[in-house]
Amino acid sequence: MSKDLHTDLGLKEEDLIEMYRYMLLARYCDERQWGLNRQGKAPFVVPVSGHEAAQVGSGWAFEKGKDVFCPYYRDMALMLVAGLTPKDVFLGLFGKKDDPSSGGRQMPAHWGSKARNIITGSSPIATQCLHAAGIAYSKKYKQSDAVVGTWFGEGGTSEGDWHGAMNFAGIHKLPLVFVCENNQYAISVHESKQVAGSVHGRAAGYGMPGQLGDGNDLLEAYRLTKEAVDRARAGEGPSLIELRTYRFYSHTSDDDDRTYRTKEEVDEAKAKDPIPRFETYLKSVDLIDDAKIEEIREQSKTQVAEDAKEAEAADFPDPIDAASHVYADLEVE
Amino acid sequence: MTEKNVVTAIHDTLQDEMKRDDRVVVLGEDVGARGGVFRVTMGFVDEFGEDRVIDTPLDECLIAGVAIGLALDDLRPVAEMQFADFIFPGFQQIVQEAARIRYRSNGDFGVPMVIRAPWGGGVHGALYHSQSIEAFFAHVPGLKVVVPSTPYDAKGMLIQAIEDQDPVLYLEHKKTYRLIKGEVPDERYTVEFGKAAVRREGSDLTCISYGLMHHYCVEAAERLAKDGIDAEVIDLRSIYPLDSEAILSSVSKTGKAMVVYEDNKFLGVGAEVAAQISESVLFDLDAPVVRLGGAHIPAMPYAPTLEKWFLPDVDRIEQHMRKLAEF
Repeated sequence: MSKDLHTDLGLKEEDLIEMYRYMLLARYCDERQWGLNRQGKAPFVVPVSGHEAAQVGSGWAFEKGKDVFCPYYRDMALMLVAGLTPKDVFLGLFGKKDDPSSGGRQMPAHWGSKARNIITGSSPIATQCLHAAGIAYSKKYKQSDAVVGTWFGEGGTSEGDWHGAMNFAGIHKLPLVFVCENNQYAISVHESKQVAGSVHGRAAGYGMPGQLGDGNDLLEAYRLTKEAVDRARAGEGPSLIELRTYRFYSHTSDDDDRTYRTKEEVDEAKAKDPIPRFETYLKSVDLIDDAKIEEIREQSKTQVAEDAKEAEAADFPDPIDAASHVYADLEVE
Repeated sequence: MTEKNVVTAIHDTLQDEMKRDDRVVVLGEDVGARGGVFRVTMGFVDEFGEDRVIDTPLDECLIAGVAIGLALDDLRPVAEMQFADFIFPGFQQIVQEAARIRYRSNGDFGVPMVIRAPWGGGVHGALYHSQSIEAFFAHVPGLKVVVPSTPYDAKGMLIQAIEDQDPVLYLEHKKTYRLIKGEVPDERYTVEFGKAAVRREGSDLTCISYGLMHHYCVEAAERLAKDGIDAEVIDLRSIYPLDSEAILSSVSKTGKAMVVYEDNKFLGVGAEVAAQISESVLFDLDAPVVRLGGAHIPAMPYAPTLEKWFLPDVDRIEQHMRKLAEF
């Protein structure tokens, strides 16, 4: 790795520190929410650990306030980059009234916030890719230079919605970046039973470039996505990026990955943890030392602990509100 | 005021709305050069360009999902499903996404989109070009499902659908397209959703229907009138929101109710209408509620004899009306 890699990519020192901080916040949120689940305080958790570099790196390539995010449920680190806070994550986890994604209506990790250009998502897989295609078509129609990003796992590429979105984006050369976080498992089904050929190889069939990258390498995730975002913004059309990574926990708190993955395999993946890997880079370019690492880690841990506590103490929605917002102009019984 | 048939009213209205607001775009299969298989978008691509008249790939899931995206970015998509029978690949996008987006985002997002779908039988369309789909979608909170049956309503309800802040499934009965003609005001107007139309006033029984069946019911009622039986005929116009008040007040007055629909009878619109009548005005009834609908077979068959057996017609409606009146 070249000492000046980040400079070559146009990233400043403060960018790197911020990206590092987002990865840590996501990791600590994850550890906290998993713990809360095991204590019986949070019914359901979708973990992110392992995906932090793929998400922070790809998300960093987009322009907040202009570009649009169509994420999937595992994208907590991406959502922190897009503008949600750890407190927002915990408000959603507990189903509290001020959860910005849904006011406690959806399960945790079903992200959305109009103010932050995060499009509301559901549980069915890859449906968001078609919304991204429609939004990207609209941006092009309005001659806006905004770019749309959509994220999904390799399992999502099996859905018809994904095919439709890739096809439509390719036909109309839409300003759209498809980011696949390939962690090799759709719950328990291994990539070898999910994907014939390769994910990035499919791009050719839709007339767009496909790139394969190491999703545990923050700067590579950023570089590939930034190239795609620049292409899209320049009117050169969509791209597909496959970032290979691994999830450290089970699919959700209700899953048990010991039924389909060996401890050895998981340990091997954890040895490639993207966070220490980025710390190594930061040290190699003299941006940070062990004392500074300790300081940022402690700050992040403290923020997560405080945010979790505040969210736990926040109010639940009023039951009377359950029948609101079905229609803009009709009351329902 | 101009006399038009239903399909011309829809074509002209959509054209006017596109002229008026460049946020309105149409998308669907064959809507461009072909102008739609029923010619609803005839000439549009020349007038408005390919950007606004989007010939989509043959993928109804895509049509619904892309329309949602367009609406989320503040366009006003009018998506065409070539036949209602082919809407099902889009079922997930319509039901799980479009219908639930306002609710699941706690009112943060909305999906102002229209899905037009030609539906219904009596056109030798057999199993896959004759279906009634209203019950599937009217069951889903978050959607509005409307069924204009006249050129006047086709115009007013299409404008209302485009202006609506929520997803609207706008069902166009194929047999009414060129069969039903009527006066259409030249000026712009809307027809409010959730208001049924009492097309014929009467005191002996209430006949509730929509779409093509509504026209058959009016004809049957005219035959009965010659024998001094006076049927009130209601065109629902909108399945959801449903005009319960119009139904209940009419049935209270006449004491007899029948619901006519060409969907399979079981768990169709007639089931809801009959249930509301029994919940609210049971003691005003002088006879059991009658449902006249399609038999419980998978769809309308092709051969003329089989199609006729399935689809209620004026004769059959008349017989049921007489029987109810005489009860």
